[in-house]
Amino acid sequence: MNPGTGGAVATAGLELATPPVKPSSLFRRSLRLWRTRIGVALVLILVLLAIFGPYLAPHSPDAFIGAPNSSPGGKAVLGTDYLGQDVLSRFLYGGRSILFMAIIATGIGLIAGVAIGLIAAYSRNAVDDVLMRGMDVIMAFPQIMLALVAVTVIGAHAWVIVAAIALTTAPRVARVTRGTAQPVVERDFVAATEAMGVPRWRILTGELLPNILGPLMVESSLRLTYSIGVIAALAFLGLSPNPNSANWGTMINENEIALSVQPWGVVIPVIALAALTMGTGLMGDGIARTAAGIDRARGEE
Amino acid sequence: MSTAPAAVGTAVSVRNLDIVIASTGTPVVQDVSFDIARGEIVGVVGESGSGKTTIGLALLGHARRGLRISGGSVLLGDDDVLALGDEERRKLRGSVVSYVPQDPASSLNPALRIGIQLREALQAHATGGEDHAARIAEMMREVALPDDPKFLKRYPHELSGGQQQRVGLAMAFANRPRLIVLDEPTTGLDVTTQAHVLSTVRELATLHDVAALYVSHDLAVVATLARRVAVMYAGRIVEVGDADDLFESSGHPYTRRLIGAIPRLTGGRSLLGIPGHAPSPGQRPKGCAFSPRCSLRIEECDAALPELRPIAPDHSARCIRAELVITQQRGIAGDPIEMPSDAEGAMPALRLTNVTASYGKFEVVHSVTLDLAARECVALVGESGSGKTTTARSVAGLHRGWTGTIKLGNEELQPSARSRSDDARRQIQYIFQNPYGSLNPRRTVGETIAQPLKVFGTATGRDADLRVGEMLERVSLTGAYANRYPDQLSGGERQRVAIARALVCEPTVLICDEVTSALDVSVQAAIVELLGNLQRDLGLAMLFVTHNLPLVRSIAQRVAVMSNGSIVELGETAQVLSNPTVEYTQQLLSDTPSLEVAAAAADADVALGDPPADPVGT
Repeated sequence: MNPGTGGAVATAGLELATPPVKPSSLFRRSLRLWRTRIGVALVLILVLLAIFGPYLAPHSPDAFIGAPNSSPGGKAVLGTDYLGQDVLSRFLYGGRSILFMAIIATGIGLIAGVAIGLIAAYSRNAVDDVLMRGMDVIMAFPQIMLALVAVTVIGAHAWVIVAAIALTTAPRVARVTRGTAQPVVERDFVAATEAMGVPRWRILTGELLPNILGPLMVESSLRLTYSIGVIAALAFLGLSPNPNSANWGTMINENEIALSVQPWGVVIPVIALAALTMGTGLMGDGIARTAAGIDRARGEE
Repeated sequence: MSTAPAAVGTAVSVRNLDIVIASTGTPVVQDVSFDIARGEIVGVVGESGSGKTTIGLALLGHARRGLRISGGSVLLGDDDVLALGDEERRKLRGSVVSYVPQDPASSLNPALRIGIQLREALQAHATGGEDHAARIAEMMREVALPDDPKFLKRYPHELSGGQQQRVGLAMAFANRPRLIVLDEPTTGLDVTTQAHVLSTVRELATLHDVAALYVSHDLAVVATLARRVAVMYAGRIVEVGDADDLFESSGHPYTRRLIGAIPRLTGGRSLLGIPGHAPSPGQRPKGCAFSPRCSLRIEECDAALPELRPIAPDHSARCIRAELVITQQRGIAGDPIEMPSDAEGAMPALRLTNVTASYGKFEVVHSVTLDLAARECVALVGESGSGKTTTARSVAGLHRGWTGTIKLGNEELQPSARSRSDDARRQIQYIFQNPYGSLNPRRTVGETIAQPLKVFGTATGRDADLRVGEMLERVSLTGAYANRYPDQLSGGERQRVAIARALVCEPTVLICDEVTSALDVSVQAAIVELLGNLQRDLGLAMLFVTHNLPLVRSIAQRVAVMSNGSIVELGETAQVLSNPTVEYTQQLLSDTPSLEVAAAAADADVALGDPPADPVGT
């Protein structure tokens, strides 16, 4: 009962009229934060680099242009790798496949996860239990391990990697979706649409989904980061669709032996991966903070 | 207000208190001064946004995040609370001043047994060596709770709301403070529980000579509890004085309108809402803040801020026309309502026969039988847990677990809305209690109102837009609202939108589930007025679910009183409220705080009475 310990603050309630806030898109509002801007800038630079890199590359990624592990200078701006190929060119070629696979895998996982999560949250019965316990079973396996098993058994095809990552992304997304959708399901506007006889799927997409987009955006940026990490890790272990083609993960693996002599072959892809994951992380964090900030402002003012 | 030194016997004296928004310096509370004597309860009344809670917290030297106390003093004896350092102020809290917040559930630690929490309250300011166990037992007896060790071992969630609030009171009184600030501690409690908690507050304040500030939006509660009342409007005290005098001959038009908005137990009459909004901080006019909403406004009102000036002994008002306001006092009650009961003999629009509803194994509604004629409004009243909302939800098909028959005209209804015909779903419309939850925050008002048109295929495109505009005007909003989002609307406006969404379906039965309980009294009056007019104009059958007995007078022809899942009394409104035949109804009526009862009690100077025997299931 000591009012100094926060009880007073927590229960003070809504005394002042809240100034009207136009619910402009959460993302646009989150751009007011520096962390979001930095995150978006990082992600944008790397995505553009991955997409347009091959057109900017001075050499073919497979062309031998000098002695192996030679230092920067001459034809090779960032030196050559363990086979004497241009590090810069391989770097500019190496982002595309990782990014494409990650985006497709995360996209599939996201759609499946959101669908499962929404159905589970809305059903409020045994369906909920069956779906979510099924998700728990998949989640019991670490993402990288499941991907490794799939790739080892079936082979390192692009679709196997994408499928394995989508399969492991879905339950994590489903859990977040269900958790955030559950309180929305209990709100009266959902009951109001039920009383009108609106079809179930329209309630899911029209009433529930728009109200959980904030947390979902945060979750999807986080999931994309993890997907990139797993694909790069698989490539590092030599498990990429084409082990000879340029790939940031493969580059790190190939050139780590020469780290002391010619660090660029390892450092550049590592920086790129770090910047990409940091960027998506900052972006997600910015959105989450903005969402929390809006809630707090409403509770307090 | 005078800045004279406090009189002898004064426990707290607040002088020229100013509170601003820290970032902008916009005033929130301005120039508030009042005294509280020892053993006295002063009520602070105001609607949301008036600054009443802000003042309550300022007495503890606390400002909510984003606010700053920018001037004035709060004298507790010789100490100015506002001038103390953080550490000294912390020591003061809980021992010299204490606070009882609105929601007892969130002020108690859910993970600790209540005995331990009471002990903590004592230990925080203990000098050591006291016998805590004996003190705790004494505290429990004071608030009429059992003092046995078994009860003290309970966790907060094992107590009822009323018991939780009593524990809160026990903790607040634990260190025999000089001042207690109570911030709407009975909001959310049933009338019977509220009556018990209020009498406990009154006794403890008298017994221990504690000064109490009771912050509330409920005039009737304040009238029953406080000897002196301050009415807040837009951050300033607009009227302050002896409670009886203030309520009987109020000198400020706002107080007068506020009283006019309160439903009375005696005499059915229409409620009068107050048009317009209270100005938000930063948009307050230079002159009288109430003048844009005032029917007695003259030019001088806007010229300068009216002084708070004495208009009677121990009664001041901030209005330049206070004398005129007092003489016009008699006109404030609304017109008596003619409740047309041409319902006689007509086919019931809705007929419930032996409806029994349950949640899983628990039967919460037992064999309810009720007819609702076309053009008739029946109120379903009862305390929380009486099954009134479950009954209403069963009718609307929102609760599926019921048996018995519900007939809409000639059609027998299926349990769930989903399995009913489109026509049945259209004809029965439901308005929810909480307007903050019943509108999808991601849809504009226009989209929300147009949704049923789309679902039932009534109108599309341009036609739908026209219908939306029509409905908005019908509920006294303008077409411009169609493009707004719910969080740009006030609670009353949201409830109007929810009503418009129901009306657009052209229903024959309208179910209103506690539709005004989340709203301020002046807004409540306006909504009830609107619903009454709509019901009469459109010839709707209306089921009005509420826990607010006086409100029933202003809207319903018949009342059904529910208790523990059964209808215990059913009859004409006037009959049931004036001459209740069932003990339960009598009890409910006598526990309901009202201005008349408060006045009568003051006249008779009724003794405070014994604490009620512990109602362990309140």
